[in-house]
Amino acid sequence: MGGGTGGTLIANKLRRRYGAETEIEITVVDRDDRHVYQPDLLFVPFGLVESDSIYRPRSKQLRSGIEFRLGKVERVESEKNTVHLVGGETLPYDVLVVASGAELLPEETEGLTGPGWGATAFTYYSVEGAAALNKAMEGFEGGRLVVNIVEMPIKCPIAPLEFCFLSDWWLQKRGLRKKTEIVLATPLDGAFTKPVASRILGELLEKKKILVEAEFAAGRVDGDARKLHSWDEREIDYDLLVSIPLHGGSPFVESSDGLGDELGFIVVDPNTLQAKVAPNVFAIGDATNVPTSKAGAVAHFQAETLSENVQHFLAGEELEKSFDGHANCFIETGFSKALLLDFNYDVEPLPGKFPFPGVGPMSLLRESRLDHLGKLAFRWLYWHLLLPGRRIPLISAQLKMAGKDTSLLSSTEEGVTG
Amino acid sequence: MTTVTLAGTPVEVDDEGFLQKPEQWTREMGEEMARSAGIEKLTERHWQVIDFMRKTYLDTGAAPSMRALGKTSGVAIKELYELFPKGPAKLAAKIGGIPKPRGCV
Repeated sequence: MGGGTGGTLIANKLRRRYGAETEIEITVVDRDDRHVYQPDLLFVPFGLVESDSIYRPRSKQLRSGIEFRLGKVERVESEKNTVHLVGGETLPYDVLVVASGAELLPEETEGLTGPGWGATAFTYYSVEGAAALNKAMEGFEGGRLVVNIVEMPIKCPIAPLEFCFLSDWWLQKRGLRKKTEIVLATPLDGAFTKPVASRILGELLEKKKILVEAEFAAGRVDGDARKLHSWDEREIDYDLLVSIPLHGGSPFVESSDGLGDELGFIVVDPNTLQAKVAPNVFAIGDATNVPTSKAGAVAHFQAETLSENVQHFLAGEELEKSFDGHANCFIETGFSKALLLDFNYDVEPLPGKFPFPGVGPMSLLRESRLDHLGKLAFRWLYWHLLLPGRRIPLISAQLKMAGKDTSLLSSTEEGVTG
Repeated sequence: MTTVTLAGTPVEVDDEGFLQKPEQWTREMGEEMARSAGIEKLTERHWQVIDFMRKTYLDTGAAPSMRALGKTSGVAIKELYELFPKGPAKLAAKIGGIPKPRGCV
């Protein structure tokens, strides 16, 4: 269910595992046929990529021998192994993989989609939103640029920081930086969720003179007065608001008994990815409730575990508890540099070299030009290697400690933040 | 990790004063922590939130987020901020004797 990063990957991997000549039928259902390369959404507002160049047909990313169905899911009836589509059609299954992602819920924040939405308040977390923000940025003449994360969890939790870094670069290039204050208003108590990375990224924000308003729980937007209010009655004035709205699971989750948590994310075993609701239901990617980043890299690592576990399940074998929460993300920091984070459920992001210890060539948690090139190269890898379900050379599904500098951890942490 | 005395009993807390072993907690400790956080008296509404946080943590191993708290505790977010100024999820977790909620990831 879902033809995004997770759904496409798992369908392609399973098709490869079983070969074309088997009795295993694989169907991918999605409500539209537009697969967006979401990391590029970050670049659209700055005119670095065109919004209509970042998506391709979902159906074309699937191997032959996989059926693609257009349809909107109404609910899952797990006791009857059936997916109900809007309009009454039903799809019976032996194994169901929920890969329906996360939805943006801007209307759940009072006033956000009211006056000024699309004029002075935007989100770049959708193709249309990113394109609209690009137009607004082109006309921006300076003032207060406020980037706000309404609440966690969000997709790609470091993307708002990248947006701040790129804004700093973009405004300098246009001679507007001195006339602009960049503010990051975040519900977290620092730049990131994990201590070492939070400190290093916090220093980078400071160096770039980006103001951080921490522990800011946004409650309401007054679009006419251009003010962002928190629940504890702080307020932030803005000329341009870039909102990362609330996220939730797909709407059908709420209508499916026992499938999701209170935010609509599928409750799964964090190591096997099997859903709590039934043994023949699994989930992958942003749709799950696992405590790691909602990001394509995570879905990619999960797909290794999940494709094996679906096969184990169908063969009546025990599942592997092999997913460790591994996430690996490039953070674009502006001026053609980036840095790289590598972490999992238990080990927070640390400085070091990647993938070869001591050698790299990539740097972890340190700005470099090569990391920036890595991020750009990933666009090609995504469509040509990752989605088809081929192995990405040198990067393993489980986190490797070799090459990481553990000296920055406080003695009580011992690398464990979980 | 340090040891402090709460309501006459030594307990282990982290740097920010969150109990590390929920089983060491008593309601008296909760009242004492509330007072030092500036909440003079814990009302029935306070306890509704604290008990809910604690139960969710003990049942699921994770404290609910702010939004989940607003949706499922029976107390709306606005009132949560009136009851627990600044950070309801964090403060209620602290008073309820469970570890600091992870801001997720």
